[in-house]
Amino acid sequence: MAETNFALKKLQEKFPDSILEVKIFRDEVNITVQRKNIFEICKFLYLDSDLQYQMLTDLCAVDYFPESPRFEVVYLLYSMKNKHRLRLKIKVGESESVSSVESIWKAADWLEREVYDLFGIPFDNHPDLRRILLWDGYEGHPLRKDFPVEGPDFGKPFVPEV
Amino acid sequence: MTINMGPQHPATHGVLRLVLELDGEVIVKAVPHIGHLHRGVEKLAESKTYHQVIPLTDRLDYTNAMGNNLGYVLAVEKLLGIEVPKRAQYLRVMMAELQRIAAHLIWLGTHALDIGAMTLLFYNFREREEILKIFEEVAGGRLTPTYMRIGGVSKDLPDGITDKIKDFVQAFPDHVKEYETLLTKNVIWLNRTKGVGIISKEDAINWGMTGPSLRGSGVKYDVRKAFPYSSYDEFDFDIPIGSVGDVYDRYIVRLREMGWSNAIVEQTLERLPKGPFIANDPRITLPPKEDVMGDIASLIRQFKIVSEGFQPPKGEVYASVEASKGELGYYLVSDGSNRPLRMRIRPPSFLNLSALPKMIEGSLIADVISAIGSIDIVLGEIDR
Repeated sequence: MAETNFALKKLQEKFPDSILEVKIFRDEVNITVQRKNIFEICKFLYLDSDLQYQMLTDLCAVDYFPESPRFEVVYLLYSMKNKHRLRLKIKVGESESVSSVESIWKAADWLEREVYDLFGIPFDNHPDLRRILLWDGYEGHPLRKDFPVEGPDFGKPFVPEV
Repeated sequence: MTINMGPQHPATHGVLRLVLELDGEVIVKAVPHIGHLHRGVEKLAESKTYHQVIPLTDRLDYTNAMGNNLGYVLAVEKLLGIEVPKRAQYLRVMMAELQRIAAHLIWLGTHALDIGAMTLLFYNFREREEILKIFEEVAGGRLTPTYMRIGGVSKDLPDGITDKIKDFVQAFPDHVKEYETLLTKNVIWLNRTKGVGIISKEDAINWGMTGPSLRGSGVKYDVRKAFPYSSYDEFDFDIPIGSVGDVYDRYIVRLREMGWSNAIVEQTLERLPKGPFIANDPRITLPPKEDVMGDIASLIRQFKIVSEGFQPPKGEVYASVEASKGELGYYLVSDGSNRPLRMRIRPPSFLNLSALPKMIEGSLIADVISAIGSIDIVLGEIDR
């Protein structure tokens, strides 16, 4: 836990106003930060010589509908040097966008595309923001809570154009 | 010239589509298109109870079902904060390592077949069949055994199976030697794999690659060592790494890994502890089948758990395992109800595949086949 506090302490020193909430559950630290600072914070965590979060293990979103702001984008970072994981979170509203971290970790390229595809959260400065799992022209974002599990066209007859 | 490869192509290991932009025979740009096998597993999981999600995980990376089960049950157990009996932990390790061998055998056979070495496939499937027979006896299923349960495993080892596993473990190192005589120093194999599909250490980390594909580039990162789960810290094994990060290095890493997996299975057999194979928590774990048939209290318990499930505390956890393809993680968010609010699967193949253009851009079109084979993708996991 000492390492954890170390990363957190560094963040608190560097970005005192950006950290909104720190929660610890099952020995995992969750840090909620401000949406507008996410790129600077990630860049700092990546470049800082003591921390070196070189790997973006995962990037995903969670829909807390009908709360407001409804989405949370979650970044799971891993530092090879300290063998340590860190979870960052930002709150995102319905029509808000997030700055892309693709220029820091290439792994974010496809992960951000997936979040865009399934949740409809746009990422600024992403080089190639297209749908990834679903096809272009698909309507809706399936992992949103207000999207029915069966799909919106369930039960409707399918008549192909001839 | 632009050519289209897949989604129906034997060498793409599933329904992967690649759009290749060529200059003569050299690849200028490669754009993978995925999603042909998207089944919405993450969405489906949100409408199922925690026990009901286990069979869904089998179908992610269908060559590594035991490992997928393990990652999921570990995440749920972390969320609940329950202890798993030692015997169950050892049984899980035994099955996960056998499954790793089976998954690597499929990879080796198909990878070699893609490059033109057809003989190997038959040898590999011969050994894989042995493992699947073991799974059939232990769990009742071959490809999708659904063996793990929250709190333990579904049943104890049947009589006489340990001898069969022992026979397999003793014979396997010689089989690996057989594969090696066919490939490791084969000139055609060397020409097709050495110096092909190179990815550097820094790039591999930056692209989020994990598993043997990352270790081929010389990064010693394995979840079993970095964050030991299910008593992996009690076993004696090493992590093979490569140096150059080409197709050949990834081949050698996986080959050595099979040997170490075999050694781990041997250790679990020697030291298998006695005791229960599933934790006894009336709110969470299923009661023994004999009791369900015999007394009313257990019948009610079984009925409640199967129909309603259980309610873990509000919170979120991430648990990951070293699957055969890399780090397979489950990020579970619970709102205190009996169904997960969100189940995020961190698929290793997805991120490994995203680095493919980096590996093949600038190389020859024939090398695409060996590069795809070497990152060992399974589309069931990429598309979920």
